[in-house]
Amino acid sequence: MSAVTGKAWVFGDEINSDVMAPGIYFKESVEVMARHCLEAVDPDFAPNVQPGDIVVAGRAFGVGSAREQAALSFAHMKVGAILAKSYARIFYRNMLNFGVPALIFPEADEINAKDEVTVDAIAGTVENKTTGKSYSVSPIPEHLMEMISMGGLMPYLKKKIDAGELKTGAMPR
Amino acid sequence: MGETLIQKIMARASGNKSVTPGEIVTCDVDLAMILDSGGPRKIWPRLEQLGVGVYDNEKVVVVADHFVPAADPQSAAILKLTRDFVKKFDIKHFYDMEGICHVLMAENGHLQPGMFCCGGDSHSTMGGAFGCYMAGFGAIEMSGVVVTGNIWSVVPETIKVDWSGSFGDGVAAKDVMLFLARELGMENAFKVVEYGGPTIRDMSMMERMVLTNMAAELGAETGLIAPDEITLEAIRAGGTEPAADALEWRSDDDATFCAEHSFDASTLAPQVAAPHKPSNSAPAEDYEKDQIHVDQAYIGACVGAKLTDLHMVASVLKGRQVKSGTRLMVAPSSKKIMTEAAADGTLATITEAGGLILPSGCGACAGLGAGIIADGEVCISSTNRNFQGRMGSNESFVYLGSPYTVAAAAVAGHIVDPRELLS
Repeated sequence: MSAVTGKAWVFGDEINSDVMAPGIYFKESVEVMARHCLEAVDPDFAPNVQPGDIVVAGRAFGVGSAREQAALSFAHMKVGAILAKSYARIFYRNMLNFGVPALIFPEADEINAKDEVTVDAIAGTVENKTTGKSYSVSPIPEHLMEMISMGGLMPYLKKKIDAGELKTGAMPR
Repeated sequence: MGETLIQKIMARASGNKSVTPGEIVTCDVDLAMILDSGGPRKIWPRLEQLGVGVYDNEKVVVVADHFVPAADPQSAAILKLTRDFVKKFDIKHFYDMEGICHVLMAENGHLQPGMFCCGGDSHSTMGGAFGCYMAGFGAIEMSGVVVTGNIWSVVPETIKVDWSGSFGDGVAAKDVMLFLARELGMENAFKVVEYGGPTIRDMSMMERMVLTNMAAELGAETGLIAPDEITLEAIRAGGTEPAADALEWRSDDDATFCAEHSFDASTLAPQVAAPHKPSNSAPAEDYEKDQIHVDQAYIGACVGAKLTDLHMVASVLKGRQVKSGTRLMVAPSSKKIMTEAAADGTLATITEAGGLILPSGCGACAGLGAGIIADGEVCISSTNRNFQGRMGSNESFVYLGSPYTVAAAAVAGHIVDPRELLS
């Protein structure tokens, strides 16, 4: 996982999982769900976000439901990183499990929509190229670094299972 | 130094003598509850990809409750896949259209004090009323649990919330939580809320479960209530003998809490949360001047349609009629509750007043099933969340209240303090 540079999309406080992944589209594929991600708060986001773009948010980002589609939609759109003042617990765990760095970023107010931002989750640095300001942030927790650098929980489990390092049940015939 | 209940639970689950808040531990999972919504349909393809099965077919419990009964071909396919998964992996505990998962875990003796449980739904916190750890996780993380039987956790700090005094008429556990969402906010991530005090000790299990269910609305890791005789009775009612050490699972008197709050239940008024978040609450009487017309009154979900909730509804509706121009829908939390409410006449009181009974399931609460609302419509609901678009249209408005308050709004046609109808 290397540094990523993209355009900032800025959201406020307590953006909840239901607006990230509306229940009425729950039965649909991730492609369809992602198209409706955050449409209630910013209808321009889903149609225009580009791979590598950075999502910036306020407090309790992802508050609410356990629905993995809230996090999976960002991963599907190949969002480069998330910078939020704080996270809801399940959403934070889901984000990291899908291999998207979610960093705690108290200075979120200093980033404006469309600013060009570089995030290095391993080094723990954020650079706002538009304003010229640089920040240091707490990197990803160390015990999760291996999983995230491998792209998330599934590649991590695959490797551990293939290496014989995990005990689990057998797939029934 | 004393330990909190969550420290004791995580120490046991992680095979440590003791653990301290902030420490990262790997816990063995005693029960992994997965659902039709984010369970087999998400997890099965991942098991195929990894070429493995479930870690323990006794401990992985499957519930079909979100898309029930099937109302369209997609729901039907998801439910069929869920049933096929149960057969394929020889899952021993499967509840198919029996009710909502969190209530079923309690009704069927799955939960014991001290257990470490994971559920694929954010309101899994409800199980904490039994003095066990039960928290919500996304399907991706539940995939890992189902494969490995363990999960990492940061040992949480505990916020202690004590209540003393008796509730006035027309006030219920739901009002406690709408009040606490305002007082404590929704940003208590990675912390546990432990409820205690004389008011909690006097509560039935069904009312206690409201407090732990809506710990999710405080953003907490989970809610906990130390077990007592009422807990043990509920475990026995579910057909399970309580463990010998059940009552030992409690926080030590000299445990360290990160915050301690004390509230007086006798001064608590019925609360209503306005759109679009549970913390946006105020006393119900504050809404009366605005005469907020209610298109739909909904009694449902894990949190708000248990037998005690239906009794609250019936106490308001008895001898009254739902106002013309307002519709009342009631989806009991489980089949067992539906049966009990039919036997004791509660359902008849509701239907005679003009209420419509819906099947048990998550349904309209999460915008998934019967009872969703249209652009511009207003719903008052006994459920736990009112985020924008939660119950259907992005342009609809959901208010949250206790079963008393929802029933009172159904009768008045607008939001009122339910105590006016109970005196």
